[in-house]
Amino acid sequence: MIHKEIVIVGGGPAGLSAGIEAAKYGAEVLIIDENHLVGGQLFKQIHKFFGSREHKAGMRGFSIGRDLLEEINKSENIELWLNSEVIGINKEKELLVVPKDQGVVEIKAEKIILATGAIEKSIYFPGWDLPGVMGAGAAQTMMNVHRILPGKKVLMIGSGNVGVIISYQMIQGGAEVVGILEASSTLGGYGVHTAKVTRAGVPFYRPYTIKRAIGEDCVEGAEIVQIDSQWQPVEGTEVILEVDLICMATGFNPLTELAWMSGCQFTYIPELGGQVPTHNDRLETTVKGIYIAGDISGIEEASTAMEEGKLAGVHAAHSLGYLSKEKEKVERNKIWERLNDLRSGPMDIKRKNGKELMFLKYNEGCIND
Amino acid sequence: MNKTNLERLILLSRIDSHPILGELDINKEVTLMIDGEVCKAYEGDMIASAMYANGKRVFRYTKKFHKPRGLFCAIGKCTDCIMTVNGVPNIRTCITPVEDGMIIETQEGLGQWERSEGL
Repeated sequence: MIHKEIVIVGGGPAGLSAGIEAAKYGAEVLIIDENHLVGGQLFKQIHKFFGSREHKAGMRGFSIGRDLLEEINKSENIELWLNSEVIGINKEKELLVVPKDQGVVEIKAEKIILATGAIEKSIYFPGWDLPGVMGAGAAQTMMNVHRILPGKKVLMIGSGNVGVIISYQMIQGGAEVVGILEASSTLGGYGVHTAKVTRAGVPFYRPYTIKRAIGEDCVEGAEIVQIDSQWQPVEGTEVILEVDLICMATGFNPLTELAWMSGCQFTYIPELGGQVPTHNDRLETTVKGIYIAGDISGIEEASTAMEEGKLAGVHAAHSLGYLSKEKEKVERNKIWERLNDLRSGPMDIKRKNGKELMFLKYNEGCIND
Repeated sequence: MNKTNLERLILLSRIDSHPILGELDINKEVTLMIDGEVCKAYEGDMIASAMYANGKRVFRYTKKFHKPRGLFCAIGKCTDCIMTVNGVPNIRTCITPVEDGMIIETQEGLGQWERSEGL
């Protein structure tokens, strides 16, 4: 069995930031990712980030990704395992890893940071499983990372930030966005992004939902229908749109399999994306020494994920003795200030409340134990 | 989908120039065998993007109802896009890079491993 100080599972914005932070204080870090490149979803994000400059505002996701990679490569304390899948974990902080073509490797870690991210949620309708129906983020990956336009005429389901930003990127990639469906009567995205697609001539259908995808082997069309205040279809309002791609921008679920396997407790908080590992304000779970960071701890943005990564990284390094209690507290407070800033917008209040509820639940659990 | 639509898709699917990302850096071309057909892709492509670049949307058929499946999450999580690659079934094509000479097959059901005699 290989021995490691800090093992980070997932090399997205949270995992990379956690690694950089912990390594900065001298801790030895191993980052494991199943992809052939780290960066997570940053390299498909070609829009500019919000926030202030210290939150990397104005920068596009892929340049933030490049900066993180550069820092990782510079650090002597960070080791990267790519093409490697973590398939097992336990309370003793032992990991079972399958590096590509190399059999199985066992690792005993002092500290583990799970930064496994999230997966897009689907809505279910007849034909939702046809090729040509996919997550909006999947289409984004194809366009911005692999330079493939997965459809020419697109229907977007969901008017939140993901829906409008990716609709605009579909236009930039050369597609026509035939419409954006919103089941609620109000649009969900930031004004600036919504305005962009509106100016580009994309119609919003609301309150509308999809009735079915049309096609034999691939999507050839979509039937949409208006819904009433009880979310029931209104007869006679059906419209058939000719499309070859239907994208779902209908939210995310945290990827929590390893956390479940590790035996840590969970708390159900809808504002954070459902069942989330119970954690404190240092992002430690109920299994001592196992931390979480990023979307696994509640669905948010890449900017918050990076701060959370630092938070977990600094505390993990401290608990290994790499920085003093006082220094850790100073650093933690700085990160929390930035996190609170990032969560101060009108759309973030739900998530902020969700986080506060989470810390309350963690403390209750500790008292009960 | 009729032939002309499909041809249009193939023609349009590679994004050569992009307002933010600029011109496409053309990497080395690789040759793949997709269901017995010789296809071209670029080094750095995932199998899934190579499939789309060659106008292919159906990656496998389900075991029970023989329904088509294709790309869905594109980040290696949903396993909808699995195919048989070089004789090994259930390969997640969206996160597996292409290699020159790769043999890629539409997967039927759960797929079959090609086992050599005596194993």
